Amino acid sequence: MKSLKLIFPFIILCCVGIYSCSDDDSGNSTNADSFDRQAMLANWADDIIIPAYQDFNAKVTTLKTASDAFEAVPNAANFNTLRQTWEAAYITWQNVSMFNIGPTQSSFLRSFLNIYPTNTANVDANINSGNYALQDINRNDEQGFPALDYLLFGLAETDAEILAFYTSNTNADNYLTYLTDVVNRINTLTNTVVTEWEGDYKTTFVNNSGNSANSSTNILVNEYMKYYEVFFRNGKIGTPAGVFSAGMQTPENVEAFYKKDLSKTLCLEALDALQNFFRGTGYNETTTIQSLESYLDFLNTMKNGEDLSGLINNQFDTSRVLISDLDANFYEQINTNNMQMLEAFEALQDNVVLLKSDMMSALSINIAFESNDGD
Amino acid sequence: MLHNITTYLKHPVKAAPLAVFRIIFGGLVLFSTLRFLSQNWVEIYYINPTFHFKYFCFEFVKDFGEYTYILYAITLLASLGILLGYKYRLSAVLFFLSFTYCELIDKTYYLNHYYFVSIIGFLLIFLPAHRYFSVDAIRNSKLAFSHIPRYNIFVIQLMLFIVYFYAGLAKINSDWLFRAMPLQIWLPSLYDLPLLGDLFQKQWVHYLMSWSGMLYDLSIPFLLFYKRTRIFAFGLVVVFHILTRVLFPIGIFPYVMILSSLIFFDAAFHERIIGLIRQLFKIKHIAQNRTLYWVPNVKNRFVTGLFVLFFSFQFLFPFRYLLYPDELFWTEQGYRYSWRVMLMEKGGYVQYKIVNPETKDWFYVNHTEFLTEYQEKQLRTQADFILQFAHFLEGHFRTQGIKNPEVYVDSYISLNGRLSKRFIDPNIDLTKIKDSWKHKDWILPFNDKIYGF
Repeated sequence: MKSLKLIFPFIILCCVGIYSCSDDDSGNSTNADSFDRQAMLANWADDIIIPAYQDFNAKVTTLKTASDAFEAVPNAANFNTLRQTWEAAYITWQNVSMFNIGPTQSSFLRSFLNIYPTNTANVDANINSGNYALQDINRNDEQGFPALDYLLFGLAETDAEILAFYTSNTNADNYLTYLTDVVNRINTLTNTVVTEWEGDYKTTFVNNSGNSANSSTNILVNEYMKYYEVFFRNGKIGTPAGVFSAGMQTPENVEAFYKKDLSKTLCLEALDALQNFFRGTGYNETTTIQSLESYLDFLNTMKNGEDLSGLINNQFDTSRVLISDLDANFYEQINTNNMQMLEAFEALQDNVVLLKSDMMSALSINIAFESNDGD
Repeated sequence: MLHNITTYLKHPVKAAPLAVFRIIFGGLVLFSTLRFLSQNWVEIYYINPTFHFKYFCFEFVKDFGEYTYILYAITLLASLGILLGYKYRLSAVLFFLSFTYCELIDKTYYLNHYYFVSIIGFLLIFLPAHRYFSVDAIRNSKLAFSHIPRYNIFVIQLMLFIVYFYAGLAKINSDWLFRAMPLQIWLPSLYDLPLLGDLFQKQWVHYLMSWSGMLYDLSIPFLLFYKRTRIFAFGLVVVFHILTRVLFPIGIFPYVMILSSLIFFDAAFHERIIGLIRQLFKIKHIAQNRTLYWVPNVKNRFVTGLFVLFFSFQFLFPFRYLLYPDELFWTEQGYRYSWRVMLMEKGGYVQYKIVNPETKDWFYVNHTEFLTEYQEKQLRTQADFILQFAHFLEGHFRTQGIKNPEVYVDSYISLNGRLSKRFIDPNIDLTKIKDSWKHKDWILPFNDKIYGF
């Protein structure tokens, strides 16, 4: 039978298949030519995510100390320190904002800490009534860093006038209380999340190394993509530049709108964090570990494809150049020359193609979470 | 020659294989419908989405909101009717109509398996699958026949032949055979399967799987058809489909194919199955020994003509892609209804841009507002989805006060590991384009070649 010969290779395959199915102990044997995804997860947790959270937690603790000091003695010096610690914590926040998984996700950390623009009318109302529940998810735009931005820089024109709200204002006590409450809430939320990451969740995260839609790699890479598109590209650049609103620029939607000269710093920090995660650069280190870049390179060597990771890194670099050219104050930039904002947006957009279309496809990571049948 | 063929097809054979097929098919679609309901997919797929992607020519098919469940209730009862052979014709008609209607609501969920189920449902309407071992045959002995013309079994076998063989033909292409794509992308991601996971990191495994998959699809209908190789072939069918079940999320389709291929087995085998069922459910045996002959009356002539037309269509329709220029995998013109399964890994990116021609203002659309993740996934890689959604956006922004919105799209596709390339002409205002059977010349050229079918 000629046809029998034809399917001979298939029989071998079946034998191999049956043999291997009956063998269950091989688990995570490391192979010279295999990429160890579990090691990647462990690296992510140990060298990037947890160190970044710990640093952020430290900055938040400093912020709280400064806020307590200011509450006790509301003078100009303490106010200045408080502002500086806020700025430091806000910058460090950009390094952890993308890790929306596990305890971070379940505590809505990002949602409570950095939804902007902040709702100043509600913040004012909260202060006047002294009656508010910051745990309510619907009140996520009345707290976090953007609310502090308003409270520390946006209450009035001059520094002296702002400080006066906490000292000589008839409602000064209420202002002080609200400020402290917002800082305390950041502190509590961050503490909880960091403790969980340092504790049991890290093991859960590393052990969930499969390839299902609910595996750590799939969720985190999807979150990475979502953060890049929605919170980074759109939130920091696209939306204020009017990309989604019929040419209607909304510069008041920039991050750190009241501090004004911080928006570019925050944006660049976030860009670095995104690229460092892609490259696997350890937090505050220069050494790289296994991450998306090495994963892509591994898959690429196998199929002799294009140097995708190189293209992605180039595009990160191009974006960095364009963003660096922007005014330190995006509000100013949008009002004077929005074209430059749009160019930066397009550069970030070009990387979405590489990340979402090419990388996700190469890693065979499903973008849709819903369970469904395929062909 | 023709005479030989008609004699072969008219020749009376035992009805047991068709009866068993009826039971199996009824049982599987019953189970499949229950599974669909239990996953809450009716709500997720049909009720929740604000927008549905319509099949070309079937734009009139609407979902009924909460009442879509009534369609599923009909499908459920009809599958039970098919299983039992109770009011069989009515059941088959209702099953075909209700099942197909649900499929037509939104092409996001198109799967070749569902198309296959629709087709079998259609064929069953015209097959005397209720003449033997059915409630109908027990209730009305005039209906009962122990022998039926062979063509009634042959059409099912022929349909299975088409599914396998065409799936095999489609695998004869340079991406599948010489680049081991897309298995080379998919298999390494299954690293956590015991031992197989490590094997899947090796390139020779990807090639072996590609080639053996192609040879399997092409040869299996023949191996099943010839008695000497049948049992061996069935073994392959089982192993192959279990393997695909382990590797890919393909629902109940592997079981449909495994159990359907039993239709190739001879009547004695099926009579044993029926014997088992009789024992299990204590159904008493009623001796029947009547033969249903094919007589050239109007009804039989009509059905014969219908089958000839139907299979001519099935043989030719998958080749319609030859009428379109450029690469099939790129444009997907003629991709559906052609038994092309698991041939492509596509990543994609779409960004819609709305321009108000009066003010020259433009803005991007956040299309996730209107679509589910599943719908968006399909949108990213298929031109007809992109066009249809552009028309939806045109309507939407008209109501938002833009008199004549222009809709442009920034769209990229990466196909089988190639670097992303721009897919749709970004300078074309999609509101000016009508979908048709004609070539979509607003798709940019692929500028690459995939050889083969």
